[in-house]
Amino acid sequence: MKKTGKINTRTKTLIYIAAAVLYLSVIFIWGISMPKEAYGIEYSEKLLPPGWGHIFGTDDMGRDMLFRSVKGLSTSLIIAVLAAGISSAAALAAGVAAAVFGGRIDSFVNWCVDLCMGIPHLILLILISFMMGRGVKGVTAAVALTHWPELTRIVRSEVLQIRNSQYVKAAYKMGRSRLQAAWEHIVPHVLPVYLVGVILLFPHAIMHEAAITFLGFGLPAEEPAIGVILSESMKYISTGKWWLAFFPGFMLLAAVMLFDVIGESLKRLLNPGSGNE
Amino acid sequence: MTYVRYLGRTVFRMLSLLIAVSVLSFVLMEAAPIDPMTAYIGTDSALSEEAKEEIAEHWSLKDPPVRRFAAWAENFLQGDWGDSITFKRPVKTVILERFRYSVWLMLAAWTLSGILGYVLGLAAAVRRGSLGDRIIKTLCLVLQSAPTFWIGLLILSLFAVKLRWFPIGLAAPMGKLADEITLADRIYHMILPALTLSVLGIGKITLYTRQKMLEIMESDFILFARARGESMAQIVLRHGIRNTLMPAITLQFASFSELFGGAALAESVFSYPGIGSALTAAGLNADVPLLLGIAVFSAVFVFAGNLAANLLYMILDPRIREASAR
Repeated sequence: MKKTGKINTRTKTLIYIAAAVLYLSVIFIWGISMPKEAYGIEYSEKLLPPGWGHIFGTDDMGRDMLFRSVKGLSTSLIIAVLAAGISSAAALAAGVAAAVFGGRIDSFVNWCVDLCMGIPHLILLILISFMMGRGVKGVTAAVALTHWPELTRIVRSEVLQIRNSQYVKAAYKMGRSRLQAAWEHIVPHVLPVYLVGVILLFPHAIMHEAAITFLGFGLPAEEPAIGVILSESMKYISTGKWWLAFFPGFMLLAAVMLFDVIGESLKRLLNPGSGNE
Repeated sequence: MTYVRYLGRTVFRMLSLLIAVSVLSFVLMEAAPIDPMTAYIGTDSALSEEAKEEIAEHWSLKDPPVRRFAAWAENFLQGDWGDSITFKRPVKTVILERFRYSVWLMLAAWTLSGILGYVLGLAAAVRRGSLGDRIIKTLCLVLQSAPTFWIGLLILSLFAVKLRWFPIGLAAPMGKLADEITLADRIYHMILPALTLSVLGIGKITLYTRQKMLEIMESDFILFARARGESMAQIVLRHGIRNTLMPAITLQFASFSELFGGAALAESVFSYPGIGSALTAAGLNADVPLLLGIAVFSAVFVFAGNLAANLLYMILDPRIREASAR
């Protein structure tokens, strides 16, 4: 094979993934290990525009926006991981059950999916977080309980394709029960699609957490969270303090897009049709 | 005949979902750590004991939850949606009044993102791989991931604060009487929120149209059209639009749910008095009647969008039409 000096899609994809993972883990570890003093109140330095001392500027209490954003984003990441874990487990179970058992169970699962997608997502989030009495618990529950429908659909349609293949029928003939066959022969085949789905679920979870926090339902105002930061920035934006909104939102956007990049890249790599382009 | 049956089935399904939505919302409200009486009259109510008794009687507040739901549903169907605590007026009035503001906002954003997104998608696909295509693609990927409220804040700080082209918020100039407000005022105040809201949907529709159009450009009948000597403009007009418009419109109708949620965020950035900001206020003030009302109302709104998408597909797509006529 001739070496052209150009890197192929596979290598490029792996580089993207590495960069994305690096950014996210730096934010995560930095945020968790950050002492409270880093974004503490310093009235002598309030509302400073971005500069060398404070790259992202400071807010009305002199808190450093870079540290606040990192801390906030790491909180968002934790909530997103929790939510994605719960939602995706539910989606896998529901999707596989619907497709394997068919009939009533299938229509019931489909009906539930339609039900959840029938209310605007934001309203559902608000209702659930309201039920849980708002706060951290409310946000986490709301985000965790509302992200399964789309993934359930994906898993279900994938299982439907595998269900009628020869080897699954053979397994039934050999006396395997439906559950055994599902676990041994169907789930492993759905796994790649499922994993991509889980990763693509993160950005939604992060975004929705930020959105309801922004509206005031989520994390309390003293907690550093991107939603809180952006909603506070609204008070100062009319006086031209653009950096209070720009940088934190940009970090959120970067995190969301990187998750998207990881997900889409994995999808391409795992698909034999495009994996070796 | 099949039309009727299909329609009947769809409507039945939607009704069942609608009932489920109201049950679900009701159950969620019930589970909230808040006293039912407080939920209906608010915390700082100066009502007399008799008036409280009357309200409790009307909404069956002292009965078990199932009876309470029955009472609520009965009143709801009769058009009594309760009184909003936040706005001190009947929920139905509040919702209809607020929706009048929101509907124009959503309509403007929806049309703008639909038309612009579709045209951009076509243009990108026709010039595949060009600089313009790459710019459109990247921009759409970014816009798709960007939080609506952040985009709103950026638009606000650029166009309203820095350039001073547009007002900072609200739906009309401050200090003007209601009957002095002109249509121009309304439109002037609506531009920035509508722009914010249209950013939410534009990425999706552009990328989708681009993908569809690329698939079609690679098909054999386009190859044949080229061999016949059709120009690019002719190919797009005769084959491209016919094959891509329908799915794009359907996608646009199916986005009603995101539109509603996005409106809540955009309205709260621009303090626009629409249904979205009423929703936020209701949630933050534990205004249960208004929350329930908006939840059910939004579900109807989303269902209407889905129904329109289904019907349009059935009526306009000859393949489905033929199949169902047989």
